[in-house]
Amino acid sequence: MNDLLRISGLTVRLPLDGEMRTVLSDVSLSIAAGEAVGLVGESGSGKSMTARSIVRLLPPGALVEGTIRYRGNDVPSLRGQRLRDLRSSVSMVFQDPRAHINPVRTVGDFLTEALRVNQRVARREAEGRAVRVLDEVGVADGPRRLRQYPHELSGGLLQRVMIAAALLTEPHLLLADEPTTALDVTTQAEVMAILDELRRERGLAMLFITHDLELAAAVCDRTAVMYAGRVMEIRASALLHDHALHPYTAALAAARPSLERRAERLVTTPGRPLSAFEAPDGCPFSTRCPHVRQRCHDERPDLRPLDGGQVACVRAEELAVSHD
Amino acid sequence: MTDAILEVEGLRKNFGEATAVRDVSFSLPPAGALAIVGESGSGKTTVARMIVGLERPTAGRVTACGRDRSQPARSARERRDRGGQVQIVFQDPYSSLDPRQSPAAAVEEVLRLHTRLDRGRRRARVAELADLVGLDERQMAALPSRLSGGQRQRVAIARALAAEPRILILDESVAALDVSIQAQVLNVLADVRERTGVAYLFISHDLAVVRQVTDDVVVMRHGAIVERGPTDRVLDAPEHPYTQLLRASVPRPGWQVPKTR
Ligand SMILES: Nc1ncnc2c1ncn2[C@@H]1O[C@H](COP(=O)(O)OP(=O)(O)OP(=O)(O)O)[C@@H](O)[C@H]1O
Ligand SMILES: Nc1ncnc2c1ncn2[C@@H]1O[C@H](COP(=O)(O)OP(=O)(O)O)[C@@H](O)[C@H]1O
Ligand code: SF4
Ligand SMILES: [Mg+2]
Ligand SMILES: [Mg+2]
Repeated sequence: MNDLLRISGLTVRLPLDGEMRTVLSDVSLSIAAGEAVGLVGESGSGKSMTARSIVRLLPPGALVEGTIRYRGNDVPSLRGQRLRDLRSSVSMVFQDPRAHINPVRTVGDFLTEALRVNQRVARREAEGRAVRVLDEVGVADGPRRLRQYPHELSGGLLQRVMIAAALLTEPHLLLADEPTTALDVTTQAEVMAILDELRRERGLAMLFITHDLELAAAVCDRTAVMYAGRVMEIRASALLHDHALHPYTAALAAARPSLERRAERLVTTPGRPLSAFEAPDGCPFSTRCPHVRQRCHDERPDLRPLDGGQVACVRAEELAVSHD
Repeated sequence: MTDAILEVEGLRKNFGEATAVRDVSFSLPPAGALAIVGESGSGKTTVARMIVGLERPTAGRVTACGRDRSQPARSARERRDRGGQVQIVFQDPYSSLDPRQSPAAAVEEVLRLHTRLDRGRRRARVAELADLVGLDERQMAALPSRLSGGQRQRVAIARALAAEPRILILDESVAALDVSIQAQVLNVLADVRERTGVAYLFISHDLAVVRQVTDDVVVMRHGAIVERGPTDRVLDAPEHPYTQLLRASVPRPGWQVPKTR
């Protein structure tokens, strides 16, 4: 296979309140070179843990099972230089830029540090590259920005700096963990435009994490939907809103109010989203699913191919039939 | 116009040299729902804080339930009355509740302060309010740390409603909630307005949520109102270029990322 990244059967346990708790359970997902894949789900569903597993940035004490292969290499066994290579080939952008930048150092120090320290690039050369990348993400006056401190930049501008930092190591895969959630909608649209353009011009592959199905659809070819630490469905992003295969995806789409028209009442799902360790046996969504049957409790539905996508619901066929 | 439950006229707020709010006027009818939309820093929260008296206007007037609120209250009683008329629920469901107090105790405390109900009646009213916002007895007895974000936000709404306000200000109160929980809270808000006749001033940057919850909207930019009207009209046919930009920026089915250059 020519997958850039291939995750299979990934299960992660973390120490929480003195116990080992499952936060990811049997996650399988692959990304081809240059492909953008969306990862959508509510809080605690395991989106960030999935991304952090890929670059080996899990909290201390994490137990990992399953395989993660990046360009054919087994990620969990990488050490030393090979691990540093992985981290420059796979970059990460986070939700809250201010939490990930040192407030007392300049933007220039922040942007050039990795190049100067890890790749021993001279300062002047590193700054030149930083200015070029800033220009690429729509920050025109690079030399001035390099001398500024984070608090002098707006949220949108700072997020562009973070994206520039992620690009400086010339990555092949970008893990973008809710990169626009903290931004205003107009700024979000600008940042999305930049990510989309980078993807097309650099052939950058992307794992785009968000809780917004529509936002994922705007830049991603395929989207995976997570619930309680598991993948519920993977499908062409454009089909997810109106032709979801999994009841949870359908519930997510229905719960979101529409910009176009007001609903008499929103269709809600009782209860709250669960983490993997809280999920019941059998189908993790069974405590909230309007279509639940006895057999949903008896077996844990595996992710299996259906209708051009993949779905983890024992009733997917009959439910899809009754939709039309 | 004259029967408005909340009337704001020529409101202005300067912070030193900077003007955060300039010449803001609007009115809210009884049982109405008015949205203030706008991006970060546009002055929405500052307007809300002036209405509830947490901030003193540099100029302009706020009239709620027929009484001028622009000047500090002259007596404890007036302060209490004002507090009862207008309640506010903030964005963060984690910081707005006392961590040592159960939701039932928090609601009961507001009832003791703002109503003349006796103990038995107060207990019954706590149960009614819990029912109104969809919380069960066990949740009402739990400590806030045991509740989810959506449940805490419902507690905050129940507590605000306990004072029997005529006006409830919701400042980004559903923004931090997960989609499935947000939908539950939005339905609760619609029920509560229908059943109690409370009016909402609903501050949000989320146009889809604003469509779902409000009748009218004002759009703020750089401290001033740039467009106003019925929510459906403003969202279907925005007139001001800024409102058009806001609407075009919202991801929706079939939305394309705008081109950069
Ligand atoms: N106490 C204060 N001192 C100085 N400036 C302030 C103060 N409070 C608010 N401001 C400024 O006033 C302007 C309006 O702020 P406000 O909090 O009302 O915005 P907002 O529309 O609520 O934004 P958001 O959507 O981010 O909540 C901003 O420029 C803000 O920095
Ligand atoms: N540092 C940590 N230690 C222990 N558990 C954690 C830690 N970070 C997250 N978790 C738990 O892992 C699960 C998945 O979290 P996360 O991947 O952050 O979800 P998402 O990004 O989808 O909101 C949740 O149950 C969360 O509480
Ligand atoms: S397996 Fe059963 S409970 Fe789970 S989503 Fe499908 S129908 Fe619902
Ligand atoms: Mg996360
Ligand atoms: Mg605000």
